[in-house]
Amino acid sequence: MINLFLRHCQVCLYSLGKACRSPLPTLMTTAVIGIALALPLGLHVLLQNVQRLTQGWDSAAQISLFMKKTASDAQINSLADTLGKRADIKSVKVISRTEALAEFREYSGFADALDALADNPLPAVIVVYPNLASDQSAEALETLVDDLRGNDNVDLAQLDMQWIQRLFALMDIARQGVWVLATLLAMSVLLVVGNTIRLAIESQRDEIEITKLIGGTDAFIRRPFLYTGLWYGLFGGAIAITLVLLALWVIDAPVQRLALLYQSSFSLQTIDFATLLLTFVFATFLGLAGSWIAVGRHLDEIEPR
Amino acid sequence: MIEFHHVSKRYPGGQEALTDANFTLNNGEMAFLTGHSGAGKSTLLKLIALLLRPSGGQIIVNGQNLNKVSKRKIPYVRRNIGIIFQDHKLLTHRTIFDNVALPLVIAGHRHQDISRRVRAALDKVGLLDKEKKYPLMLSGGEQQRVGIARAVVGKPRLLLADEPTGNLDPELSEEIMKLFLDFNRVGVSVLIASHDLALIKRLGHRVITLDHGQITSAEKVAVSADD
Repeated sequence: MINLFLRHCQVCLYSLGKACRSPLPTLMTTAVIGIALALPLGLHVLLQNVQRLTQGWDSAAQISLFMKKTASDAQINSLADTLGKRADIKSVKVISRTEALAEFREYSGFADALDALADNPLPAVIVVYPNLASDQSAEALETLVDDLRGNDNVDLAQLDMQWIQRLFALMDIARQGVWVLATLLAMSVLLVVGNTIRLAIESQRDEIEITKLIGGTDAFIRRPFLYTGLWYGLFGGAIAITLVLLALWVIDAPVQRLALLYQSSFSLQTIDFATLLLTFVFATFLGLAGSWIAVGRHLDEIEPR
Repeated sequence: MIEFHHVSKRYPGGQEALTDANFTLNNGEMAFLTGHSGAGKSTLLKLIALLLRPSGGQIIVNGQNLNKVSKRKIPYVRRNIGIIFQDHKLLTHRTIFDNVALPLVIAGHRHQDISRRVRAALDKVGLLDKEKKYPLMLSGGEQQRVGIARAVVGKPRLLLADEPTGNLDPELSEEIMKLFLDFNRVGVSVLIASHDLALIKRLGHRVITLDHGQITSAEKVAVSADD
């Protein structure tokens, strides 16, 4: 038993050494695997980030009340006070016309255009955060919106909810897409490893034949090829992770800038440990499976005569 | 050691390579298998090594009926037989040491054990100083001796050789044959296919003659070479 374990270790290291002694072909094979795996992995990480960003958004539906321009500051503030006391409203936030203009000037980049205007074109806004549990239906929200719309000073009441639902639906599609992509690319990895191992078997035909002649079992002959496939998978996984980390590092600065523009403290999260581990396990498994298929198909064809 | 009972071998093309072959090689016996090319010498050896399956009849090697050996068990049968080929069948990308060590590695021996036994085998064939060389750096006779070292390193009780002296000059042939005699002397059964009749006669062991797939004589020679 220990002997068998030792022999496995031996073959494992032997095939690693062999792969390292021909670095270029090894690198090419593993790079193909790495790139194929980097695509779904990268998308997965991006989706995870988007998900983190939008977490809590569904419960934080907000209603924007755009006030009529005729409404005075006093009227607006008193309305905000009244609304703030209602049981179905958690809090309100008043954005006065001046504040709205200042914000717009700062973030929109149309400062010069605004200067050209004689009058402030922006209305005051009361942002209402409803006091509703997230499981409460959209109907309750609609009733609240209708109610608020009834106020004389309110020009427009807008429920900022629909776009979030659409976003979530889109993300669901993207998530499924990542799985489809991962499946397809996993199959291509199987084929790449399988083909590489097939070529290796072909080039060692004489050696395999001689080994069979002097009593080598199929398991003995299979072993180095299987370990080679395993190493390919493992290296491919490492390359995939490196590529995704590199990509994240490259887009980190622009994302920070964008987050700043949204006044958000959001920062890109890199690959978490579970995903990292899963990628390695999955890549190794693919390498092993690919070589297993190739070995199973081609080793039988080589029989000494 | 080897028993053939009404063994026949017909190739897929319909060509009959061996017809109703019967003979016995006793434990510790040495015999030559001779006949013109295509007489079925190689076929007979391949049947013993399970490189071919007979079309009919029974072959018993070392007490084991080869018809009852499943494909999975073939390697274990081959491990008990040392086989020597005319074209040596050495691994050209491995050192002499590694080539000779291969049967022991396959059988899963321990490292120290392997070194010791490989050196002993190389010493026996007089190539101990060549262990770090590669097969193509050696002469034909030396390569054949490496093949013999590989065949005997696992201490098999039966040695098979297919034209082991086919490409060698008479002097080297004699040397190689002497090695086989040495192994036979310590109890190993040896069956050698060869058409070098002059050499065979001189060695004075039993000769099995094949002609068109039939054993025409399996005479026993009373006097062996050492007497």
